[in-house]
Order: sequence, then structure tokens, then C-alpha cells
Amino acid sequence: MGFTEKAKIMDKEAVEKALIRMSHEILEKNKDTDGLVIVGIRNRGELIANRMAANIKEISGKDIPVGAMDITLYRDDLTQVAEQPVVKETVIDFDINGKMIILVDDVLFTGRTIRCALDELIDFGRPKNIQLAVLIDRGHRELPIRADYVGKNVPTSLDEVVEVRLSEADGTDEVVLCQKN
Amino acid sequence: MPEKLAWKRKDLLGIEELSKEEIELILNTADSFKEVTTRRIKKVPALRGKTVVNLFYEPSTRTRTSFELAAKRLSADVINIAVEVSSVKKGETLIDTGRNIEALMADVIIVRHNCSGAPYILSKSVKASVVNAGDGWHEHPTQALLDIFTLKSKLGRIKGLKVSIIGDIAHSRVARSNIWGLTKLGAQVTVCAPPVLIPPGMESFGVKVTNDLDEAIREADAINVLRMQFERDNVSAFPSRMEYFKAYGVTEDRLKGAKKHILVMHPGPINRGVEISAEVADGPKSVILEQVTNGIAVRMAVLYLVTHAQGGAI
Repeated sequence: MGFTEKAKIMDKEAVEKALIRMSHEILEKNKDTDGLVIVGIRNRGELIANRMAANIKEISGKDIPVGAMDITLYRDDLTQVAEQPVVKETVIDFDINGKMIILVDDVLFTGRTIRCALDELIDFGRPKNIQLAVLIDRGHRELPIRADYVGKNVPTSLDEVVEVRLSEADGTDEVVLCQKN
Repeated sequence: MPEKLAWKRKDLLGIEELSKEEIELILNTADSFKEVTTRRIKKVPALRGKTVVNLFYEPSTRTRTSFELAAKRLSADVINIAVEVSSVKKGETLIDTGRNIEALMADVIIVRHNCSGAPYILSKSVKASVVNAGDGWHEHPTQALLDIFTLKSKLGRIKGLKVSIIGDIAHSRVARSNIWGLTKLGAQVTVCAPPVLIPPGMESFGVKVTNDLDEAIREADAINVLRMQFERDNVSAFPSRMEYFKAYGVTEDRLKGAKKHILVMHPGPINRGVEISAEVADGPKSVILEQVTNGIAVRMAVLYLVTHAQGGAI
């Protein structure tokens, strides 16, 4: 199944601005950064998490621990997916008990990935709270999940795909709307 | 986008039939599962609702327990069938036993059998995934995978490593699986044993053959010491355990000529004072207990891959 690019939703500058704004919002809502940690969902969520931590360091001077999680083993559709994803490591090398976790992903769609991530996080401990930050919210939720911090809301149809490209993995920063062929 | 997965096999029957890429996929997947085994809650829901059956026609503690723990850490339900107390004693055939287990809605059957090839026969007659936990003198694929996994995590690579397999090569399924796996990944393998314990034509496996233990140790980055299988009554060529120990037992003294970083592996259970001395088995070069720990991660990876084999599984 191929994709045709339809429109560029965000360019490099827009991505950067959105991430800086979200970092400010996180600090505004969490005045005490002592218990704050960031966990990104592999792969793009991890990269965004690292950038947000760098932004927060720049704004507040505080180092925030960053973790990365692979949610594959918690998926509810493991037996149905056409292309089985490779299992990667979850790296959360700090205690999450009592912490405020900013969970980060690139695109919020059905909410099922976030459900996996929540289940997995709870297996690591009992955080004080979990807040969700996503670069793109494209709608079509299948579970009662919402984001606390959103880079951009993008109304989409189900036969479209939102691709987030980041320089660390893709050589460029942009968000593109694609049409499934 | 998820990376494409090459795993298409319903079963894991042996290392011989696997490609280099398939072996690497198992090792990489095992890396991720090793992290799971270090978590506070060492359990993930990947095999929730699946049933795994351990069908063991030969005694085993470590392999059976390791598979059981691996399945449980993936949230599968596990049943253990020890043949000594089963209907096999009443004359049921392997295929009938397999079909009956499958009728219980088993998704994976892990089988150990004293006949070489038994898992292959079973895999043809059931839809469930079959994992070979050791068949006769033929293969013990998960043991080789965990040996290779341990080597890779300790030494950082497999390609170009020199690995000597020492002991009863003739009757060892561990040796055969290791030879296939290591050579496919580019290691140089030497087998070392008294002539009676080396089967003819061993060179055709692409390995170096020697009867000189000191030579096998001198060049090696790692040695894998095999157990003398006295219960198989096949070592009549050796008058006594003491004599074997003197000629081929791995001791501190004999390791003096080895490379500094040499790793000592053993698939267990150890016969102390026969193929290996207690000092070496418990010493700083030994990774024997790490092998056991890694075995769980490797078996989790295998169970995960075979149960999620992609459409058109072979």
C-alpha cells in the first residue's frame, strides 16, 4: 500500500515553534519541576521527548529525566497487524513512583497506542499523574483519551495518513498529510 | 512506520534451516526481552490468552523451567506434560498426543524427545507452533541461541570470533546447533574431543577438528564445554571419569595458555571434576549462570516470534 503526499501541514519552523510553546505550557502547568519526567513513545515520540527536555532545560535551567518506551508487547492487535513491528527496548532508568509523567507521541489518532503506553507505565510504578503531549492530534478517537498539550489539531479523513518527519530520523523536520492509495 | 519483520516460520525446529537474518532477528528481539526481565513487573501481555504446552519426553529442569518462565512472563497459560506420568506410557503415539494437546486449544507445543526429528514429525501434524527443546542427537536450537546471545552480549560481536566446542561432539545436539548458528554468523568454530567422540566427516560442517585441548583453548575467544552424557551410556570408550578429566577436563591450569578475555560456557548441568573443574565453573571467566538468565529472554523472543508469525507461515 503506497501513499501520495497531499499537503505539508507543518514546516521546520512550525514544528520548532509548536514544541517550544508546548514546553512552556508544560512548565506553566507543572510549576514544581522536581517531580517532572518525560517519556517518549518509540520511535518519533522519543525524539520529540528529547527535544522537549532540551527546551525545558533552556527555559528553566532544569534537567528533566527522559525515558523511551516501546509499546509493541502491550498492543491489542498483535495478531491482526499486517506488518509485525520489531520489538524494541523500553528504557526508563528512573523511578516513576510519585512522579508527574509527560507522555509524548508524535500523532494522536485512535488512542490505542496511548492505552498501551498507560498500561505499560503503570507496570513500572504508580506515578502521581500522567499528562499527554502530542505534536499532531488528527481525531478519530476510539477510546476516551485526550491530549493535555497539542502542537496542532489536524482534521483528517480515515483514508489519510499523517507523517511526522524529524531530522534525527528522516533528515528533515516536517509534517505531511498523505493519501492512502 | 514499523520495520518489516522477516519472521514467517510457524515453528522453530532447528538452527540449520535458519538464515543469518533470522538468527539475528531472534537475537535482536531477545535483547529487547532481556530489558523486560529487569523490570519491576517482569511480565508483558504479548501472549495473553495463548496456551503453551511443555511436552517433555526426556528429563529436564533448566530448559523446561526456562520455557515455562518465558511463557509466563509473556502472560501465556502454561501446561507441563511429563511423559513419565502421561498416557504415552499407555502407548499413545507422538502424533496422537500432539493432536490431543492441540484439541485443548494449545497455541505452542514445546517438545523434547529422545528421537532425532520428532519435532519435525509433530510440526507436520499440528497447526500449533512447535518449538524444539532438544531432539535426540540432532538439535537444541534455543540452547545455541542463548549461547550465541551470551557471547554477543559479552564480546560485542560474533563475526570473526574463535569459539571452541569441547567434549562429546558425537552425541551432542548442543554442539550441532551451535556449529550451525556460529558459522552462519561468521565465527570460526573448532571442535575438540578424543577421536572416539568426534563423528566422521565433521570438517564438512565448516569447523576445525582437533584432539588437542591446549590447542583448542589457546586460540579461543570462548570455549563451550559440553557435558559428558553418562546417562546415555555412550562413553564406554573412556574407562573412567577421572581419565577423561585428566585428558580433557578444563582446569585453571589448562586455561593458563588462554587469551585473557576468554569466556567459559557450559550448557549445564555440570559434571564437576569431569569435563570442567569447580574452580573454572565458579571462576571469573565463567558465564554459565548468565547463560541461564539469558535463556529466558531468548525463549521469550522465540515464543513471541513463532506465535506472531506473519501470514503464509511456513
